[in-house]
Amino acid sequence: MEEKVKKKLKVSAIKNGTVIDHIPARNLFKVISILGLDKIDNQITFGTNLESHKLGSKAIIKVSDKYFEDDEINKIALIAPQAKLNIIRDYAVTEKKEVEIPSEIRGIVRCFNPRCITNNEAITTRFSVISKSPIALKCHYCEKITDQEHLQIL
Amino acid sequence: MKKDLISITDYSKEEYLRILELAAIFEKNPNQNLLNGKVVASLFFEPSTRTRLSFETAISRLGGRVIGFADAGSSSVSKGETLHDTIRMISNYADLIVMRHPLEGAARYAAEVASVPVINAGDGANQHPTQTLLDLYSIFKTQGTLDNLNIFMVGDLKYGRTVHSLLMAMTEFENPIFNFIAPDELLMPEEYKMHLREKGIRHYEHREFTDIISAADIIYMTRVQKERFSDPIEYEKVKNVYILREQMLRHTKPNVRVLHPLPRVNEIHTDVDRSEKAYYFDQALNGVFTREAIIAHTLNLM
Repeated sequence: MEEKVKKKLKVSAIKNGTVIDHIPARNLFKVISILGLDKIDNQITFGTNLESHKLGSKAIIKVSDKYFEDDEINKIALIAPQAKLNIIRDYAVTEKKEVEIPSEIRGIVRCFNPRCITNNEAITTRFSVISKSPIALKCHYCEKITDQEHLQIL
Repeated sequence: MKKDLISITDYSKEEYLRILELAAIFEKNPNQNLLNGKVVASLFFEPSTRTRLSFETAISRLGGRVIGFADAGSSSVSKGETLHDTIRMISNYADLIVMRHPLEGAARYAAEVASVPVINAGDGANQHPTQTLLDLYSIFKTQGTLDNLNIFMVGDLKYGRTVHSLLMAMTEFENPIFNFIAPDELLMPEEYKMHLREKGIRHYEHREFTDIISAADIIYMTRVQKERFSDPIEYEKVKNVYILREQMLRHTKPNVRVLHPLPRVNEIHTDVDRSEKAYYFDQALNGVFTREAIIAHTLNLM
């Protein structure tokens, strides 16, 4: 009986789709927004502020009948670098994936330079990734480098 | 594809050499009717009389017509129009846009919005590539080469965009040596020193402005700009640190030339002006020929 309670899933299983696990709890809604999950009709369940040894407090998202392209899912790498994807087919995990920081980032991040045009007019930010760890992003417009310490998600 | 010039690194080494070649042609014969029937927009969202007049002289000598404004106050920007809309509209009127803007990245963005080529005449503290090309032309003219030169950069090496762009351009040529003379507050940023290390280019840093300049082929002086400092006390501390005087040039090489993007304040004493090693006023004139060359190259006129 004890055993069963421990193993009980906090977020119920899905038949087909993608489970995104190990999202830092504070970034759950940003992940939802970046992936556009607030704009699709698929069944989605999520849990947040779940216990995690790695993150302290994590979130998990389960999206039914949805499989992400790599460059789609890699958009969340900056805010959920340790996220793990489980690809589910017929209630079984058929594949596991990790996210990877892409070489170019559009949107998502604010340029740290207050004198940058992107902070003064409605422009989608654009960066080339010059270092992945620690993160360093070079602004396509003002050419200044936003580092880990100054990284701000839009 | 249209040819914009936003950052100095947009051009290849071959294009630098092409601009120098064209500038020499325009120096021999500045008045050429290549822009006949063409309209060039000169959009100065912040005033810069020197750069604007240099560009507008270049356009006039090429036989083109100029439309535009000299500061944002006299344009629709003061009514709150976005840069996007201004550029879209001007694109309909002009064959080329020359623009200066106080915000960094504005020129790159304008080039994306515009259907005609854009030449960046300065975007905040970021880039000013036509200045760099006229610096290259001045160096080439006075030294006869861009290879194997010992370049001293003096003053504000932290915020001075002209020294950063010149450094990037010169590293395309053979075997340069850089000497940086700056106070602790205004050192050459790490990213540029990293670039030099990666390319294996010799460079040295000095705090003292002394007879080490005897090794120089080029002495590039810069102004310490008050507006770059958030703390006025910091500015007061460094503004008078490095002043070049005529007597300091006595033991320098005969081929050495003193360059400065102008305007100067007090960093070059007026007694240097009479020295044959002073080149900053000729450098400014070279700006017109270089800008004629850049316009001709941008619009494939030659």
